[in-house]
Amino acid sequence: MAKQRAAVLGTGQTHHRSKRTDVSMPGLLREAVDRAMVDADVGWSDIDAVVVGKAPDLFEGVMMPELFLADALGANGKPLLRVHTAGSVGGSTALVAASLVQSGVHRRVLTVAFEKQSESNAMWALSIRVPFTMPVGAGAGGYFAPHVRSYLRRSGAPEHVGAVVAAKDRRNGALNPHAHLRQSDITVDSVRASQMLWDPIRYDETCPSSDGACAMVIGDERAGDDSPAPAWIHATAMRTEPTTFAGRDQVNPQAGKDAATELWRQAGITDPLSQVDTAEIYVPFSWFEPMWLENLGFAADGEGWKLTEAGETALTGRLPVNPSGGVLSSNPIGASGMLRFSEAAKQVMGRAGDYQVDGARTALGHAYGGGSQYFSMWLVGAVKPT
Amino acid sequence: MPEQPLSAPLDIGFDYTRSVGPVLGRFMTALAQRRVLGVRGSDGRVHVPPVEYDPGTAEPLDELVDVAAEGTVVSWSWTADPLPGQPVQRPFAWALIRLDGADTALLHAVDTGGEPTSVRSGQRVRIRWADEPVGHIRDIAYFVPVTDPPADAAPTAPAPPAATSPEPGTGDDTASVDTVITPVHLNYTHSASLEESRYLRALADGRLLGQRCPACGKVYIPPRGACPTCGVPTTDEVELPDTGIVTTFCIVNVPFLGQRIKPPYVGAYILLDGADIPFLHLVLGCEVSEVRMGMRVRAAWKPRDEWSTTLENIAHFEPTGEADAPYASYAHHL
Amino acid sequence: MTEVAVVAFAQAPNVRRTHGTTNGVEMLVPIFDEVYTRTGLSKADIGFWCSGSSDYLAGRAFSFISAVDAIGAFPPIHESHVEMDAAWALYEAWLKIRMGEVDTALVYGFGKSSAGDLRRVLSLQLDPYTVAPLWPDSVSIAALQARLGLESGRWTEKDLAEVAARSRRDATGNPRAQFGGETDVAALLDADPVADPLRRHDIAPVTDGAAVIVLASAERARDLADRPAVIGGIEHRIDTPSLGARDLTTSPSTRLAGEAVGTDGVEVAELHAPFTHQELIVRDELGLGDAVRINPSGGTLTGNPMFSAGLARIGEAAQRILDGEATRTLGHATSGPALQQNLVTVLERG
Ligand SMILES: [Zn+2]
Repeated sequence: MAKQRAAVLGTGQTHHRSKRTDVSMPGLLREAVDRAMVDADVGWSDIDAVVVGKAPDLFEGVMMPELFLADALGANGKPLLRVHTAGSVGGSTALVAASLVQSGVHRRVLTVAFEKQSESNAMWALSIRVPFTMPVGAGAGGYFAPHVRSYLRRSGAPEHVGAVVAAKDRRNGALNPHAHLRQSDITVDSVRASQMLWDPIRYDETCPSSDGACAMVIGDERAGDDSPAPAWIHATAMRTEPTTFAGRDQVNPQAGKDAATELWRQAGITDPLSQVDTAEIYVPFSWFEPMWLENLGFAADGEGWKLTEAGETALTGRLPVNPSGGVLSSNPIGASGMLRFSEAAKQVMGRAGDYQVDGARTALGHAYGGGSQYFSMWLVGAVKPT
Repeated sequence: MPEQPLSAPLDIGFDYTRSVGPVLGRFMTALAQRRVLGVRGSDGRVHVPPVEYDPGTAEPLDELVDVAAEGTVVSWSWTADPLPGQPVQRPFAWALIRLDGADTALLHAVDTGGEPTSVRSGQRVRIRWADEPVGHIRDIAYFVPVTDPPADAAPTAPAPPAATSPEPGTGDDTASVDTVITPVHLNYTHSASLEESRYLRALADGRLLGQRCPACGKVYIPPRGACPTCGVPTTDEVELPDTGIVTTFCIVNVPFLGQRIKPPYVGAYILLDGADIPFLHLVLGCEVSEVRMGMRVRAAWKPRDEWSTTLENIAHFEPTGEADAPYASYAHHL
Repeated sequence: MTEVAVVAFAQAPNVRRTHGTTNGVEMLVPIFDEVYTRTGLSKADIGFWCSGSSDYLAGRAFSFISAVDAIGAFPPIHESHVEMDAAWALYEAWLKIRMGEVDTALVYGFGKSSAGDLRRVLSLQLDPYTVAPLWPDSVSIAALQARLGLESGRWTEKDLAEVAARSRRDATGNPRAQFGGETDVAALLDADPVADPLRRHDIAPVTDGAAVIVLASAERARDLADRPAVIGGIEHRIDTPSLGARDLTTSPSTRLAGEAVGTDGVEVAELHAPFTHQELIVRDELGLGDAVRINPSGGTLTGNPMFSAGLARIGEAAQRILDGEATRTLGHATSGPALQQNLVTVLERG
């Protein structure tokens, strides 16, 4: 039997900052959860189950924090699941929540993802020296920068395209009241003038480190029908491949391509660039925009940068990418993927405020994690799928 | 005796800084003043320690009420050998204690001078405060029986660091606690796989030992407990030379904590001749601007007397001066 | 909605200490082979993969990522991971089959508890503001729970020792159990407590291990197993984390999950109870009478592989049906301190 229809009924997120020292972890989550429940117009008795996602427990120094968060999440006496799929976790978490509805098990599910990086130091947690491994001492950007160089070599992209992405996303972020970085006066030239950290990646081309949470309420067909502006889930996909293997394409990973192919197949999309109105794509370093445009099939191999350079991914372009400001403007790691998914939903719900894409009817939410090896994505629409 | 894999200690430790929010902040602030607060739940019950959201209704709670520093043991268990970080560092009881004025029980330690027969359910106990409260649950050093408390003070775990500077323990009502510091230190034993251990032992002899996957024929260095594409252990040993090429790289310009080389320097994927997978290492011995994709490099080994079971025996790679490998020869390794 | 069945189960030997890595590869590769052989499936036939494990057990972030090497995950796979016992990974996989997205799934869990000091590591599951900074270990928490039942008359020390003796006796028939053997209840009670009121026999051992289950749609299952164990129901619930705010001698989450599944007519139950008294609580909450055979595998008290012990309970319960020994069995998994979170599934002959 086919899966049941499901829709996003409401979304909520925190104000993202480098340190949200004004709240506890429960308080941080509830800021997002309460907003999502108001947006969805539901109360606690309407929620059948809760799905929590976040990145490594070592970031907050709490083992399986969803256990101690059960009171704050109104989960007592209900099913509670905890997902962890590296950086893609926010997206995967939303997909598990959607599964609970699509399988006919529940009518309304609350899902929330978070990271409170200020409890520790993500760089510390990620650079714990495991015996017998050799630290090259390059940091987080040092892992991805060589692959960006490979992309530049392969595509022949001009070096300023990364700065175009960064300036666009930060200016978009300035339109988003929840964004961590809001830089309305940033320019391509000022990005190019910022320090080269991990050549070829500049300071202004890297994501911040944020505290934050994102929540959504996902409901079944009846709940969607009763909702004034639901975001219907048209397709979902997840794919994983190993971190390293002989002959692995680290620039254009097969797992991402396979997930996208599956997503477009499910949704009946044959020409993504024409048929998708806007996309929230996980871009923690600027160059990942053109890389993922190719990986997702919006552009042919080696051609993604041309869309970016031509302004087609700007708010007024053919395919606005990250109108919310994206990961480059806010990066509460565990929540970043869910933010992409919920920002896509907000666009088709017509609730994106100052960064609303005119006439957005179909939107992509995308997340990836690990060494570009975990991919999760969904396609949402203003119209109920047939 | 069968071949043993290598293992080594893995110690992780961090002093977590936890912002506590307004409700727990008032609780912590009161502790610094040697007072205990509970929070009134949706059903009227007083929760100690306070909870921010009601366990029954999930409603936010903010009505804080004073409770006593004395209460009744609801249940207890005996700890003969205290673990690191536990409040009392001689034999003691863990107890659920319902403070007078509270409806729920607090988990904490009861010191009876090391005597297990001196604790029982229903017993009256009271707080022994830390000498210098800072606004932390450990300001309650431990509990002691109201009747016949131990004559001496119990040895305790090191006090947590104070998070906020404003006059801890002075009873200053205006000094509010918004953050607590919780050190988390854990000790593990980390093991390498058997395949990786062979490679590490070979490194100690100055050899680079890869293994070929029996299913796909690819040469992995380090070898794998499971070939990532085939799911079977790599097997046939392949000794590899210490020469290869840079497939791709980045120039690290950013200084950060614990960095051992002064920036700028190059972190690069090195593909050894005969290997099918590159690994990350350093490229030194030339200007960073001279490093190129496809550049031929050779390992620069540390002095032999510094070798051990680690790839760090190779200090870095440096250019050989040979002609670059053509792009097509390594494009499929990017 | 599509019915789902267990078609194969395998577990690594329960051992006090493996020499393997914390990513579980050495334990997983052989048991993947076992279930492939039994079902005739290969990795390319698996529609969805889901695992359960913990970074804190391994002492490193993203520890589960290397475990996918054991799969040989290229071409890419449809995969997910829960930071929970793999019983909850099975729940996620059940959803995927139920909604018709895939018709087979492979679920696995792994953990090398011996890498760290388990009972100290587990204290990080407690409230990070008011409880965990005191480092209450998992054994002491369970001991507080046990005493409440002893003093209220819910159980006696002899009741607890009888659970232990039965478990050890049954474990002699389970080649993968960590230990087993005939013991005398009186002799067990002669031992000094190690965490008064708990004695050594009341406490599950520290165990390294892994487990795997293959699920299939009921239709597909008929090709993969002679007697597939159809999942008649699967439910899970959680209770408040506040240890002092609830009656620890009960487990409302277990009761709710059991009522939602329906436990009538169960012949065999595999209960995930790392402490003897917790078996009595779970049994009571699920309404399992004397006629129900409890933990014929020897249960968690004779092997407690963290993050796969719950999945293994479901596997053991399913195995009774796969082997034709029972027609309706129950698997239970728990997570968190003092039975905070519980999952119950009922399996039936298809
Ligand atoms: Zn292979």
